[in-house]
Amino acid sequence: MSFALRKQGEIVVVDVEGQLIVGNRQELKQKVLDELERGEKKFLIDFSQTGYIDSSGLGVLVSLSKKIREQGGELRLANLNDDLKTLFELTKLDTLFQIADTRERALESF
Amino acid sequence: MTSPDRPRALPLRSLHLALELEIPSDVRYIERVVEMVARQCEHLAYSTRQVSLNVPVALTEALSNAILRGNREHVSKRVQVRCDVNRDRLVLEVVDEGTGFDLAECLVDATSPENVVREDGRGLFLMAQLMDRVERFANHGNVVRLTMRRHD
Repeated sequence: MSFALRKQGEIVVVDVEGQLIVGNRQELKQKVLDELERGEKKFLIDFSQTGYIDSSGLGVLVSLSKKIREQGGELRLANLNDDLKTLFELTKLDTLFQIADTRERALESF
Repeated sequence: MTSPDRPRALPLRSLHLALELEIPSDVRYIERVVEMVARQCEHLAYSTRQVSLNVPVALTEALSNAILRGNREHVSKRVQVRCDVNRDRLVLEVVDEGTGFDLAECLVDATSPENVVREDGRGLFLMAQLMDRVERFANHGNVVRLTMRRHD
């Protein structure tokens, strides 16, 4: 499991490669918080290479969403496969996050 | 000339797999265990959804709780995992060395307006959503048992 961060215009795009679970979710949190601290405001997390997320991974996304909002920033999620969509629906987190079907739609929505 | 007979598909009806393993209280072992168990379900033709979502997430939650809460990540404590699967159902038991917990009390509705914004508290909820049954009892340790009927 790894993360790739890169800038696309004003937006920090994070590609999560592999599962976002208890063993690695702190790393994602720290990487995004570091960027937030540097003054970045727009974040897109792309899950096209993620099979599943556990509750601690969902917890980190909730935490990041709060912190980014507190700094006047925005967070979008993109490319959730059907399994991930189910997880977000089961936990009603689909109502908490802005989720786009594709990366392009997510980037346009900022 | 006649064509050779096509090999008949192996009837899975009577196949029964039992796996028993033990891991240290280290979350880095979780993915490997989950992979092993999901593979067994795949061999027994459980649905794609069950193999890619229900089993991985529910088992990850149970292992995570056993390691972090039950055993408090003590390096000397172990987690046992028993997997019993056939064409009808999967039964998973995750055993930690902790004192246990009240399942009814901990099974909160993670989707209520106060809870949906929390960063924690979704583990048992997800286990209950993704498995047909979640049980907790003491038996030479704290046991969480997950049962799931097979779907095509």
